[in-house]
Amino acid sequence: MRSDDRKYWLDDPGNVTKLYRGLWIVGILLVALDFVLHRHDDLGFAETYGFYAAYGFFACVSLVLAAKVLRRLVQRPEDYYDR
Amino acid sequence: MIVELPAAAILIGAGLLAPLVPARLRPAFLAAAPLVALWQLAGLAPGESLRAELFGFALEPVRVDRLSLAFGYVFAIASFLNAIYAWHVRTALEPAAAMVYAGAAMGAVFAGDLLTLFVYWELTAVASVLVIWARGTERAFRAGLRYIAVQLASGMLLAGGAAVQYAAKGSLAFDAVGIGGPGGMLLLAAFGIKCAFPLLHNWLQDAYPEATATGTVVLSAFTTKLGVYALARGFPGTEALVWIGTAMAAFPIFYAVIENDLRRVLAYSMNNQIGFMVVGVGLGTELGMNGAVAHAFADILFKGLLFMSMGAVLLRAGSVNGTDLGGLYKSMPLTATFCIVGAASISAFPLFSAFGTKSMIMASAAEQGHVFEWLVLLFASAGVFHHAGIKIPYFAFFAHDSGIRCKEAPVNMLVAMALAAALCVGIGVYPWALYGVLPFPVSYEPYTSAHVVAQLQLLVFSALAFAVLMRTGIYPPELRSVNLDFDWTYRRAGPALVAAAGAAIGTLNAACARFASASVGRFVAAGERAAAPGGLMARTRATGVMALWMAVLLAAYLLVYYF
Repeated sequence: MRSDDRKYWLDDPGNVTKLYRGLWIVGILLVALDFVLHRHDDLGFAETYGFYAAYGFFACVSLVLAAKVLRRLVQRPEDYYDR
Repeated sequence: MIVELPAAAILIGAGLLAPLVPARLRPAFLAAAPLVALWQLAGLAPGESLRAELFGFALEPVRVDRLSLAFGYVFAIASFLNAIYAWHVRTALEPAAAMVYAGAAMGAVFAGDLLTLFVYWELTAVASVLVIWARGTERAFRAGLRYIAVQLASGMLLAGGAAVQYAAKGSLAFDAVGIGGPGGMLLLAAFGIKCAFPLLHNWLQDAYPEATATGTVVLSAFTTKLGVYALARGFPGTEALVWIGTAMAAFPIFYAVIENDLRRVLAYSMNNQIGFMVVGVGLGTELGMNGAVAHAFADILFKGLLFMSMGAVLLRAGSVNGTDLGGLYKSMPLTATFCIVGAASISAFPLFSAFGTKSMIMASAAEQGHVFEWLVLLFASAGVFHHAGIKIPYFAFFAHDSGIRCKEAPVNMLVAMALAAALCVGIGVYPWALYGVLPFPVSYEPYTSAHVVAQLQLLVFSALAFAVLMRTGIYPPELRSVNLDFDWTYRRAGPALVAAAGAAIGTLNAACARFASASVGRFVAAGERAAAPGGLMARTRATGVMALWMAVLLAAYLLVYYF
């Protein structure tokens, strides 16, 4: 199966870092938009500058950290139910 | 009248005839049936119905309204896409069962009474378990058994609810019931099982990933969406559903993060998406109900697309475990692209389908002042991008290169994925086409600059969180494992309890037997002693004594007679 040694753009870690930095720039620009555009929302507190950005970031970090704790509780060997 | 040849009959008939059609022609035959059904649906108008009488029950096997039509359209589209996707399958059982299953689900959403609903309900259970068993493995067989037990339990609850309603109202008509209505709790439990309510959800994660590459795609479309339809019909505006749906949207995503089997990850994300729909039904507003139906419509397409891409990976790479995969974009670039379209759709990126559907439910929750639930749903929205939108394409097609070099998916699979992807983008770009078939008129406007910016902020920063956790090594690695969920109660605790109870009963039984045999022994010995020479029964008595006792008895009788 292992045959082609063709180099892909994503194989270079430097390019992945470029993508990563690019994503940060996009994120920062989106938050900056909040200061230009009055973002009307159904809920008042959601109109805070960068609310969705902060919420999304912390939601995902806490999701992953909580899932790591959950894994310690519920993880069993792969053949658990077959034994 | 076109209503007299229901779409359900077309699909079920095609499914039953399929094994008789030559294998070469069967794919085309099965792909044509949903198109005919779609043509039939296009000729129906809300308000039409087909009535019948059976054993004195007034039945309505077909009732057409906007709610059933919306589900009917998407079921027909899904079963067409599934037929294309499974075009290469040469066995008869799975595609035939899949078509009967689709037809049964179609029949159920047009059922005007609970008896008809029950019949189709059970038919979906039986046909779908055949789709699971078609995998042919021991694991699939056992998962199928657990699956059918749960599905039939749902059917029994539905039958019970129907009986209670009939006893109370003298009618089997299937309309809004409400929890307080006759049989309401039974019906809610029946529908709740199909919707995979929390603690009733494990049949889904257990069974769906055990079906074949094509089978799982079929399964993902119908059963749970039938549950959502039944809830929307029977329990609109039921407050408890807002809570149940919120819990459903939130809790499976933690499991999705640590699950290794990528099709099982998608099964968890089905729970999460159905949670949004259940909230929409619970809110019961026109916006909420429209949102629930629209999101169910969109979900069938994007979830089908995601399962299709994972099915293609399973077919070509031989596994869908995160631990085995990575770097497949090099071998399967088209499948990877379609997977990303599905991922963007489920994550509600602007221009992709869920952007215009899930947001209706969120807007309705905010409008109704459900701030806490709204925050949890927003958390779940970020989470779904994280576990389905990023994790699925990332671990399958990118991450570290697993070294697997395989062929691109078969052409028929690519065509099905392309069509599904086109529909996802189509609904995203022009949601008004979908809004036109919803139960209520839509005034909601998804493309405001505020909504676009807010959603992009949420998603870009969720992606950044993933990237940061990956680059710092905090993100939990994919591991081969079983993660205990509620099914542990009936796969481990239950059987262990039964075994323990069995042992206890065995001990008790042995003790009783010992006691009984000892008692019988003593009784027999006493009898033998009584009958032995000189014993109580063997003595001889004088005739005079007997005559005296007779006289005493007669005197006593006489006295009793006088008083």
